[in-house]
Amino acid sequence: MYTQALNNRETESPVSDPEREARFQARVDAEIKIEPNDWMPEAYRRTLIRQIAQHAHSEIVGMGPEGNWITRAPSLRRKAALLAKVQDEGGHGLYLYASAETLGVSREELVDQLLAGKAKYASIFNYPTLTWADIGTIGWLVDGAAIMNQIPLCRCSFGPYARAMIRICKEESFHQRQGYEIMLTLARGTVEQKAMAQDALNRWWWPVLMMFGPSDRDSQHTDLSMRWKIKRFTNDELRQKFVDATVPQAHFLGLEIPDRDLKFDDATGHWDFGAIDWAEFKRVIAGDGPCNRQRMAARRAAHQNGAWVREAALAYAQKSRRRAEAATAIAAE
Amino acid sequence: MSENWPLFEVFIRTRNGMAHRHVGSVHAVDAKMALQNARDVYTRRGEGLSIWVLPSAAITASDPADKDMLFEPTATKIYRHPTFYDIPDEVGHM
Repeated sequence: MYTQALNNRETESPVSDPEREARFQARVDAEIKIEPNDWMPEAYRRTLIRQIAQHAHSEIVGMGPEGNWITRAPSLRRKAALLAKVQDEGGHGLYLYASAETLGVSREELVDQLLAGKAKYASIFNYPTLTWADIGTIGWLVDGAAIMNQIPLCRCSFGPYARAMIRICKEESFHQRQGYEIMLTLARGTVEQKAMAQDALNRWWWPVLMMFGPSDRDSQHTDLSMRWKIKRFTNDELRQKFVDATVPQAHFLGLEIPDRDLKFDDATGHWDFGAIDWAEFKRVIAGDGPCNRQRMAARRAAHQNGAWVREAALAYAQKSRRRAEAATAIAAE
Repeated sequence: MSENWPLFEVFIRTRNGMAHRHVGSVHAVDAKMALQNARDVYTRRGEGLSIWVLPSAAITASDPADKDMLFEPTATKIYRHPTFYDIPDEVGHM
């Protein structure tokens, strides 16, 4: 339970406090969850705010590319499922903003950072959804990769984030299955439908592998995050897990992974895969992907166009409260 | 926008006979909207039979720094537990 009053933390001096830090680390090591009002190093707080906010922004921005297909879903069944999925993403964004807020930052500040271009969101949502098969691929691969990332986060040392992730993981499982079902239907359909599925896989495969973040050799945040038990596996470990799980699923569909270097290594039991184009990853993260401008413009428009609704709702609530108070006063006289 | 929407804590009774349990929070202009938002955000899969919302600012919480002072003394009061008392087996279940 997080009262805003308690979260108005005194501005802490940046001087490190080795004794408290040691006690904090001992709790983390003992797998004792850290709760919002517990003492924590400022860097831990900042890391979590950054990570949870990025995660929340990704959920919200991610509603766009899929929402794009709600009106064009090929059947009522698909439309209802896609609508429910996009609604879930909105809900996930809200759970995550709420858990970031327990660290003493407001949702409005976080949204402002996103709209000002000062916060990041998952690079994957800067790619376009050109055909219906993209919706299947997003559910199967993008949500599949997200689940791979998120399951270890259910054991994150920060209580509110871990609890939000448990809820989210339960709900994401439907997302992945509905996506795979779309792919299965296309793969078993006409020649054109199967080609459409293959085309979507070709375009999404590499960007999806980039979702796990930079290689461990280049990752800035991994060491501390592992020590603080925010992260449990490195980017490369999770990426490998994902490839191992996904390749057989693609084969079941009769689709080909667009990677000539892909081969099963009998000795390690893993699928070896080709080199990722990190220059593309950096370009997209830096704002120069195919749809970055479009996504941000959509967020800004939604925020601006909704401003009067937020203000009117607040004004109406204040007026209702004043009237109710006045009525009580008159009744008392 | 000048003012942020207040925060409400959300409690849900998941099954008949269970207590309401804290599940998270929502922003809303008033309690009525908080209930609607809580329904949309926290009960999309039949998770609830009943929802409580209350303004987060209305909650008074204990300070984690007082944890030892508040809760540690009970650790020594083992005579509050039934297993503290020796009853011969012949007496049967008690």
